[in-house]
Amino acid sequence: MSIQVNHLSKRYGSQWAVNDLSFEIPTGEIVGFLGPNGAGKSTTMKILTGYIPATNGDAVVCGFNLNTDSLSVRKRVGYLPEHNPLYLDMYVTEYLQFSAGMAGVSSIKTAVKKAIDLTQLSPERNKKIGQLSKGYRQRVGLAQALIHDPEVLILDEPTSGLDPNQVVEMRNVIKNLGKNKTVLLSTHIMQEVEAMCSRVILLNHGKIIADNTLEGLKQTSPNDSLETIFRNLTNSHVGSI
Amino acid sequence: MWVVFKKEIRSFLGSFIAYIVMGVFLVITGIFMWLIQENNVLDLGIASLQVMFNIAPYILIFLVSAITMRSLSEERRLGTIEILTTRPVSDTSILLGKYFAAVGLIIFTLLPTLFYYYSIKQLADPLQGVDSGATWGSYMGLVLLAASYASIGLFASSLTDNQIVSLIISMVLCFFWYGVLSLLGDIKALELIGKSLEWFSLDFHYQSISRGVLDTRDIIYFLGFIATFLGGTKLVFESRKW
Repeated sequence: MSIQVNHLSKRYGSQWAVNDLSFEIPTGEIVGFLGPNGAGKSTTMKILTGYIPATNGDAVVCGFNLNTDSLSVRKRVGYLPEHNPLYLDMYVTEYLQFSAGMAGVSSIKTAVKKAIDLTQLSPERNKKIGQLSKGYRQRVGLAQALIHDPEVLILDEPTSGLDPNQVVEMRNVIKNLGKNKTVLLSTHIMQEVEAMCSRVILLNHGKIIADNTLEGLKQTSPNDSLETIFRNLTNSHVGSI
Repeated sequence: MWVVFKKEIRSFLGSFIAYIVMGVFLVITGIFMWLIQENNVLDLGIASLQVMFNIAPYILIFLVSAITMRSLSEERRLGTIEILTTRPVSDTSILLGKYFAAVGLIIFTLLPTLFYYYSIKQLADPLQGVDSGATWGSYMGLVLLAASYASIGLFASSLTDNQIVSLIISMVLCFFWYGVLSLLGDIKALELIGKSLEWFSLDFHYQSISRGVLDTRDIIYFLGFIATFLGGTKLVFESRKW
């Protein structure tokens, strides 16, 4: 198991952003984290990457418990946060070298070269990040996430704000990565899940309302599109707003 | 820690902050040392750098705050703090890397003023020379003072994601610890309370070291001061975990 989550909860003030979440992701699976805005996707990802601690429950990533051994987890996880934060005044290569150094990579030069190749950043490698198009910036974000060849990739809305061509390219890159890594990615676009993921975890109001393979989800109502299934599932819980 | 340190130094050099800080410091101290009527070294006829050491603490309040204002606030504004803190690096090393980068830049800014020292040494009466003990003491004091300012600046920058707010908080805190507290000691009516408050001011210990006498109590005061503010910074920095 790459990721094991047991009864995970997170409270902000009086509000439970994540409420008693449990799931497991085996090694080598690409899982789509789905749900409307505010469902708790980002919060769960922030906990799994060690940015914030959970209020209750625990999570084990790559065999290490986040509550007790967050450093070991962080060595093995690559993270692309929501909105893809970047230092706009740094050069692409310079930033990736910095990322590699922070990740504790032993051979920085090889790691940077590999990440640039994987994300096809080569033509833009000598530019400042601020000069790049959104698509290339997103690749830089992905490149820093996989700079240390992590076992697990956690990507928070990796394709948001990209144009259709860039979305397709990004999906291909992620799909390729998923061949030998565990990937957990969040999105609210159903086609995205269809294109990349083998399994879907659907969240609403901090709770799991569906955890199924894509086929399994389709079979629950064979006549509807995935979009309709998504809307039916999330809307049936709207009553609690 | 050194990865962060290196990145910060590069960002200082890349964003021209470093050159502006160094330029401004040299120009202002230069004007006060050599140009301002009646108060400059040549008119006073005293072979010492005292003029510079009197004015430098005030210039540094502004410059050090300008150096540190973005170090944490910018990470928060951009959101890069999330990437930084999910690397296998402890929060302490991130903060120390940023802190030492700021201190390093300040020391580098002070270095060219050694040229003033050389000039005065050349101008001085060969029989009397320059009080080198007091000069080196003052340099030491200035470095410790600036390092204390930097710890205040880093703390201020951890409080907000707005650089300007961070700059203002930092300047106010620096001025309070340097100037206001020591002024309280001058108020006769406050008597002992004023005197004891004065002991807590940065100025009191800066002046004490400047005399050229290295007192361990002063050193301990400065190190304790820096540790306190860095500890406060760490507390705020980790408040996301509460």
